[in-house]
Amino acid sequence: MTELIRYTAAETAAAVAKGEVSAVEVAQAHLDRIGAVDKKVNAFLHVDTEGALSAARAVDEKRAKGEELGPLAGVPLALKDVFTTKGVPTTCGSKILEGWIPPYDATLTTRLKDAGVVILGKTNMDEFAMGSSTENSAYGPTGNPWDLSRIPGGSGGGSAAALAAFEAPLAIGTDTGGSIRQPGAVTGTVGVKPTYGSVSRYGLVAFSSSLDQGGPCARTVLDAALLHEAIAGHDPLDSTSIDAPVPAVVEAAKLRDVRGMRIGVVKEFSGEGYQAGVMQRFDESVELLRELGAEVVEVSCPSFTLALPAYYLIAPSEASSNLARFDAMRYGLRVGDDGSRSAEEVTALTREAGFGPEVKRRIILGTYALSSGYYDAYYGSAQKVRTLISRDFDAAFAGVDVLVSPTTPTTAFPIGERADDPMAMYLADLCTIPSNLAGNAAMSLPVGLAPEDNLPVGLQIIAPAMADDRLYRVGGAVEAALNDKWGHTLLEEAPAL
Amino acid sequence: MPGITREEVAHLARLSRLELQAEELDHFAEQLDVIIGAVARVSEVAGQDVPPTSHPLPLTNVMRADEVRPSLTPDQALAGAPAAEEQRFRVPQILGED
Repeated sequence: MTELIRYTAAETAAAVAKGEVSAVEVAQAHLDRIGAVDKKVNAFLHVDTEGALSAARAVDEKRAKGEELGPLAGVPLALKDVFTTKGVPTTCGSKILEGWIPPYDATLTTRLKDAGVVILGKTNMDEFAMGSSTENSAYGPTGNPWDLSRIPGGSGGGSAAALAAFEAPLAIGTDTGGSIRQPGAVTGTVGVKPTYGSVSRYGLVAFSSSLDQGGPCARTVLDAALLHEAIAGHDPLDSTSIDAPVPAVVEAAKLRDVRGMRIGVVKEFSGEGYQAGVMQRFDESVELLRELGAEVVEVSCPSFTLALPAYYLIAPSEASSNLARFDAMRYGLRVGDDGSRSAEEVTALTREAGFGPEVKRRIILGTYALSSGYYDAYYGSAQKVRTLISRDFDAAFAGVDVLVSPTTPTTAFPIGERADDPMAMYLADLCTIPSNLAGNAAMSLPVGLAPEDNLPVGLQIIAPAMADDRLYRVGGAVEAALNDKWGHTLLEEAPAL
Repeated sequence: MPGITREEVAHLARLSRLELQAEELDHFAEQLDVIIGAVARVSEVAGQDVPPTSHPLPLTNVMRADEVRPSLTPDQALAGAPAAEEQRFRVPQILGED
């Protein structure tokens, strides 16, 4: 029998439903795994042993009473530490929220609990989701399970690493500029940024509100689809939530048929800066899609070359406003309140002590972009670029069903290599950012190892807004064909920890 | 497009309520100058007649039903406060002495 920690989420749920294993046994197996490997990986900031076992017991009791279980009941999950969890610490990877215990659950947290998902704990991340390596966490970096000296991507490096280290079969991330997809790509796991507005942001600590989107992380396309269906859907508590049915992603993941689909290769996402092994695996994936019966054409999206500059004006601008809430008055850290200082002085001292360098850089950059005299040239222009990018997508999707590109230009880089070189770090999100600016749906899927370093490469698939099912249709077909070819899944090649 | 000076960074830090240290100011000024140099490329489109997009969804005035639902108790709302007194957030002085 396969070890419980290597089951997919779908297999786990089926085994629990049939009574082949109890949800408590499944939870305990994962807690034991975390205990055995997480000192090395550092995927978790907080492990909620008691909460996980009690949620698992509730699933077992429900089954014993003969009640119907949902499709993910009893399946363990690692939750990015940016969603609030009632009674369980939530830090966003920041010292300014160290020890904060939220008094309420995010809508996403509530949905997971209602689905019988067993939340194992909270995962490490770049502070307030700002970064591409998880090195910006105030609680130390996470290691990539493929090579612990390398980054697991970011900002959701903890969630992706937890999957690749078999600490959890499911995880939740948030994607503002690629924070689900890029960690997925560099850890050999699946990550999906759903259409903006399809997963509630209520209780998601805001970084850039017009870009932030929660989404599923998993080891298989079907597992990601099952989690997608569990968390997506309208929420009256989020004014930007889309009030429309969730696309049939689970059905699409099972289709495994891309015959007749039209697929566009984005011309702008290649060339200088792209690692040879990444392009090799990407080109092979495109060829595979052809062999599977899809029609492949090249597509040009000229405005995409301005996406990165526009993003690094829009996201910091929104962040500088959103992070104003950390004022040392209502929650979190307070420093220097000795009776002699004003509230304003205490706020400034607290923010200096509580925020890390990347967060400070972005707050200052955002304040700059929004200041009078620069607003039109910077923020105003960035908003125009956003329109041009949406138009490029619209023009492309008039001729093709989905677009494809590498998820990220390189494989996982060594921890420390780009830590104090912000511009080099920002390039990791070159291919993922346009979808955040336009608000459409995108997935990263493992398509092999780069020959030069034996590290995972991700294929990015992009679909129009509210056509998330197309991601799963293409992703499911590619995954099935590659697993057939290899005779196993990619993660089976990952080294033992 | 002009770069950014150490003095400008100091001013922006004050506006952002960040009590930056001297060495941070030096370091950030240098890095922000590089970042701003790179992002300034967006001004290529400044003169173009393109409407701005602030948000991916064309939604306005979204309302939900005005229904009474459970909310936090004062104790719960104050549980994370750095300081509290008489069911209120206790804060340092906001107004001057006179």
